[in-house]
Amino acid sequence: MAKLPKPDELIKSIDWTPPEKDWMDDVPPEIKPGRFCYPAKKNILEEIGFPNPRDWSPLDDDWKLPPNFREIIIEGMKDRLSKYRSFKVFMDICVRCGACADKCHYFLGSGDPKNMPVLRAELIRSIYKGELTWQGKLFGKLAGARKLTEDIIKEWFYYYYQCSECRRCSVFCPYGIDTCEVTMMGRELLHLVGCNINWILEPVRNCFKIGNHIGIPPHTIKEILEYLCWDIEEVTGLKLEVPINKKGAEILFVTPSGDYFAEPGIYTMMGYILLFHYLDLDWTMSTYASEGGNFGLFTSHEAMAKINAKIYHEAERLKVKFIIGGECGHMWRVKHQYMDTATGPAPKNLETPKSPITGTVFEHAKSTKMIHVCEFTADLIAHGKLELDPSRNDNYVVTFHDSCNPSRGMGFFEEPRYILKHVCNNFYDMPENTIREKTFCCGSGSGLNTDEFMEMRMRGGLPRANAVQYVRDKHNVNMLACICAIDRAALPTLMNYWVPDVQVCGVHELLANALVLPHEKTGERPRTLNMRQEPLKPEEEENA
Amino acid sequence: MGAVFALVTVLAFVIVVYVGVGVAGLKSLFGIVVPYAAFLVFLIGMVYRMIDWAKVPVPFRIVTTCGQQKSLRWIKRSRLESPYTNFEVVLRMLLEVFAFRSLFRNLKAELKGPNLVYGSYKWLWLGAIAFHYAFFTILLRHLRFFTYPVPESIQIIDQIDSFFHIGLPHLYMTDVVILAALTFLFLRRLADPRLRYISLASDYLPLFMIYGLVISGVLMRHFFKVDVTQVKEFTMGLVHFKPKAPDVGVIFYIHLFFISALMAYFPFSKLVHMVGVFFSPTRNLANNSRAVRHEPAPWWKKPKFKTYCEWQEEFKEQLIESGQPIDEDCYKKK
Ligand code: HEM
Ligand code: SF4
Ligand code: SF4
Repeated sequence: MAKLPKPDELIKSIDWTPPEKDWMDDVPPEIKPGRFCYPAKKNILEEIGFPNPRDWSPLDDDWKLPPNFREIIIEGMKDRLSKYRSFKVFMDICVRCGACADKCHYFLGSGDPKNMPVLRAELIRSIYKGELTWQGKLFGKLAGARKLTEDIIKEWFYYYYQCSECRRCSVFCPYGIDTCEVTMMGRELLHLVGCNINWILEPVRNCFKIGNHIGIPPHTIKEILEYLCWDIEEVTGLKLEVPINKKGAEILFVTPSGDYFAEPGIYTMMGYILLFHYLDLDWTMSTYASEGGNFGLFTSHEAMAKINAKIYHEAERLKVKFIIGGECGHMWRVKHQYMDTATGPAPKNLETPKSPITGTVFEHAKSTKMIHVCEFTADLIAHGKLELDPSRNDNYVVTFHDSCNPSRGMGFFEEPRYILKHVCNNFYDMPENTIREKTFCCGSGSGLNTDEFMEMRMRGGLPRANAVQYVRDKHNVNMLACICAIDRAALPTLMNYWVPDVQVCGVHELLANALVLPHEKTGERPRTLNMRQEPLKPEEEENA
Repeated sequence: MGAVFALVTVLAFVIVVYVGVGVAGLKSLFGIVVPYAAFLVFLIGMVYRMIDWAKVPVPFRIVTTCGQQKSLRWIKRSRLESPYTNFEVVLRMLLEVFAFRSLFRNLKAELKGPNLVYGSYKWLWLGAIAFHYAFFTILLRHLRFFTYPVPESIQIIDQIDSFFHIGLPHLYMTDVVILAALTFLFLRRLADPRLRYISLASDYLPLFMIYGLVISGVLMRHFFKVDVTQVKEFTMGLVHFKPKAPDVGVIFYIHLFFISALMAYFPFSKLVHMVGVFFSPTRNLANNSRAVRHEPAPWWKKPKFKTYCEWQEEFKEQLIESGQPIDEDCYKKK
């Protein structure tokens, strides 16, 4: 694996000035270790029936493309141009005004000009023009047109796996051109000739075959949840059990599998379990639909739908009334923007979500019948249904990372903040231009949170880390809350690199800390530990 | 370099007209055939482009939300940045089209030592707004050549535009603004290394064509004056399909050629952004995809996946061993 430069070296290496050489001729790109992900293994492609399975490396000269790769790609392009208006319109209307250029975190952190969203899109646009429009065929480079060659496939692979599909560029574009859409199309085209990455496709395989990204079989899921319940018992004294595959439960709960097996996600998972117990909710998890996340979104629209469809299928089988989804970014892009159209309509047994505790009817989810756990919880707090002691989080000075997908694909800003402001006493937002719809990616989104991509992750995560550093210096922030499982996996590494004294947590972890359980109120067993089993207050450490 | 090519092209236009009209006397060709042809190309081209976009389905609701969604009643939602109803979408689009809302958000990132800072940067917005509104007003003013009697509203625009009464005929403010804005938009592309890097010849060409159009117009009005009565006769003739090429200076033909070239170029270039923006799915859809079911695209197929029963068969042993329920319904159906 490539050596990671030190933070100060990395900062010094950033230069936003583009090279002299014309970008159209600057192919193939110099493929640098630390900036690409390992290709999908042969057996994985075979198992999921994707084209051109083989052993290869992006560092090889010969990528072993199919001999007719040009026709395959051009046909694939025509096909998608006739299916997705977004793709077609975005290919046609960019004026290269450059407003998006310095909005991409990968550009800001790497200075590589082909990471400017406009050029990232131009990598395909130039082929669209050169192969499919008469203007491009006639005027060539003058019209920004190129011909498709093997070098261009290499360029695409390099740069479409250096885009985290975060859509920040789309916010600033006068026409809303969304380079994420272009990247999605780029990746779909690359699949056709077998250029893809293992970190995405292995989870996709696992999801298709076993039920979740990590490939945890059902009995192990049950074991893991039992472990988590024991940990909850350590902290609260309560003996809990997670209902599994329970027919006739009112609510099906789905959440990314990342949260049941690694820190700090597990603390958030424990938070959900504790909250649902507190409310005496009639809920169930499923070991079949055991994945809320969806790496299919980073693969193709078809793969995304195939993974998502299991959730409705399971909701139908279990005859639940509605679905609650856990904290996750890309998962919620799917659940909010794709679920209904791609895999709906929702099964007939589902009803418009109605909180059994407050009676609130979630009208805004009346078609998909699926609500975000933060919507559910914020509603509980607003109705005074939770007894909370925010001082239990006084060890923490908290800030909130808006994950890209809920922000720009959903408009999900106030719900988590509302919860945070009720469960902790010290909350400070990062600077305005780095949060909400202008939030910066963790640097590892869209299936790029792999170790071999570390240098690019640290570069792309720089704008986010830098904003955290700002509030750390100003307000002593030491806890970065987020509502995304990929964030919880990726941000600790990022913080460790750029702002080492800041930890990462989910919103429901902090909620669980603050939640005053009935037996705690009577003084029977006061809470002394937080979900991480650390003393709630530093002085108690000394007393002990 | 792209800019040089664009400049040469535009100069070639001038020479072609100069030779064609001034030397060879092809007035009917440049005065009648070219403008009509260009207008036809523009019309047919634009309609074609619109149909070409409209016939492609929009399979998913991929709104880019720039404000709070509608969820809980007591959370204030942003109607303009995250529209929930179609009416709100219209408002959002109006803001985009008339106020360049998204461009107004623009920020400029700077790396100061180890820190990234993002300052407000509205120059592009200002330049673009100035350019587009000036261009639009100039187009409106030109209606005085194509109407008889000239509607009062057009006369009023004309009077306001020449309000300062500088020179004779009075200098139009929009002429000054558009030249300044064009210069800004052009210099920006040259001066900023990143923009220079991404700019193509096809980015300079429209700027230069409009330069040519405006400069020839200004020259005609203030320096090489032409007989306006003849021009008006000619333009009214065009409108009534009884055109007669006017006997005026070459400068008029150059002006006419620039607008013809621009019209013909329009549908095949990035200038289609003018209508394309209305088709942009990240802006023209409502953010209500959990509340309202939107029909999938005609080509969309429901996915095939491993059903619960298939999965249960595969993991049956583990399910039983770990005490998870077995769904007997899987066997009943068979
Ligand atoms: C939603 C509405 C519109 C927006 C947001 C918009 C935005 C822009 C922007 C950002 C530029 C690029 C300036 C540059 O950097 O070169 C531009 C150029 C241009 N636009 Fe628009 N525009 C819109 C509508 C229109 C309309 C209705 C016309 C009709 C005449 C038009 C004609 C042009 C022309 C002629 C150029 C200049 C040539 C060029 O720079 O390539 N635009 N526009
Ligand atoms: S902001 Fe939009 S129009 Fe401008 S260069 Fe970027 S993608 Fe193109
Ligand atoms: S979607 Fe995000 S990562 Fe991709 S080009 Fe746009 S800003 Fe960069």
